[in-house]
Amino acid sequence: MPDFIAELLNRNDIFTASTIMEYWGGLVTTVQLVFLSLVLGLVIAIPLAIMRTSKNPLINGPVWFYTYLFRGTPLLIQLYIIYYGLAQIEGIQQTFWWEIFRGAFYPALLAFTLNTAAYTTEIIRGAIVATPSGEIEAAKAYGMSWALRMRRIILPSAARRGVQAYSNEVIFMLHASAIASVVTLVDLTGAARNIYSRFYAPFDAFIFVALVYMALTFILVFAFRKLENYLLQHQRPVSG
Amino acid sequence: MRKLIVAASVALAMMAGVAHAQERNLRIAFDVPYEPFEYKDENGDLTGFEVELAEAMCEEMNANCEFVIQAWDGMIPGLLARKFDLIMSSMSITPERAEQVLFSEPYYNTPGGWFAPEDFNTDVTDMEAMEGMTVGVQRGTTMDTFVTEEMGGVVSIKRYTTADDMVLDLEGQRLDVVFVDYPVGEQTVLSKEGFKEVGEPVKLGQGVGVAMRKRDKELAEEVNDALATLKENGTYDTIMEKYFAYDVKM
Repeated sequence: MPDFIAELLNRNDIFTASTIMEYWGGLVTTVQLVFLSLVLGLVIAIPLAIMRTSKNPLINGPVWFYTYLFRGTPLLIQLYIIYYGLAQIEGIQQTFWWEIFRGAFYPALLAFTLNTAAYTTEIIRGAIVATPSGEIEAAKAYGMSWALRMRRIILPSAARRGVQAYSNEVIFMLHASAIASVVTLVDLTGAARNIYSRFYAPFDAFIFVALVYMALTFILVFAFRKLENYLLQHQRPVSG
Repeated sequence: MRKLIVAASVALAMMAGVAHAQERNLRIAFDVPYEPFEYKDENGDLTGFEVELAEAMCEEMNANCEFVIQAWDGMIPGLLARKFDLIMSSMSITPERAEQVLFSEPYYNTPGGWFAPEDFNTDVTDMEAMEGMTVGVQRGTTMDTFVTEEMGGVVSIKRYTTADDMVLDLEGQRLDVVFVDYPVGEQTVLSKEGFKEVGEPVKLGQGVGVAMRKRDKELAEEVNDALATLKENGTYDTIMEKYFAYDVKM
């Protein structure tokens, strides 16, 4: 460890090696939780978004209901229902499900995944619906099947339109993950709450954690700008 | 100009002197519900051991007291921000808290108790047997500090903001055992079917004191005098016997 950091750590009460390790553990949990829920949410959202654009109400209806349910209720309530609700189901403690849901991580992951999948479904659906009809007609004129059209034309084109809105959802998810600490998960916010209640120094404990969230957001914003540049490079003017 | 300032400060000093002679106003903060220390009865009136003790103390100090409800998380910040003058809400005296606030002499101490489902039969003091168990505590309490320091690497510790959430997870079998302030465990865990007390209650820490701002040294002296009088003249014992079957006096 560089000398100036060691010196800084020696001069204050709160940022000792053990609290830094607690924050680090919290950072790892937050990143795992947010990353996994976003990846799983996106994987679920793509087929759901395609179903959502179907004209058949039997396909479109259930997906509409799902997105309405999860966008219409607060994430905190969903987390409470999944975490405390599952434990109240008679006999669940004797099934293999309990191995998964006994801890706090997987209930939180489930709640976050279902929530972000609902929002992402609607973002992708909007992008699919906005596909210019000329592109679809051209694809049909080439004799492309529905699946090929979806894979080669509609989804890539939708990805370009959806990426900005999706970057908001990613950042929103990072910040929403702060509520995981209410179900005993020690994420970044949970670590800050533990340290705050040990030292009674709200400014130090929470401002530090706010800075970590800001740094994470900065990384996300940067990554999405790169992604947007890549996806939309065909729209940039050709430089002379 | 200087004369004006002198005159103004003399006037202020006189006003302060007058205010001192009159009945003083004190605001005391409680976090409810925390039975049997402070809670609301059927009529919605604030009552409990600490509330009655506070009433007796105010009478003894000849002070005009107003009771304020404040959630636990904002207790010390609220005191420092002058939202109230005293905390009498089961705040255990700890060195970390003493950095921020001034404590009176302790006025009660309850032990921490271990509570678990009926089928739990592990010795909670046997570290080898406890290995891998999940223990629930309330975040930032002396019970939390005890478990963190004594069993930190052995058991997995889950920290809760409220006792209700913790009891819910004990019922849902997410926790093997909880370590909680004895009267709270008695009220919340033992009142339910299928739970029992395990092991021996552990006396923890230096007891509970009245918390005040560090600069209010005179107030602290008055509080200490009033509490000492109540402990001697039997008022304290009368209130204690109303709420506890065991001795919490300190």
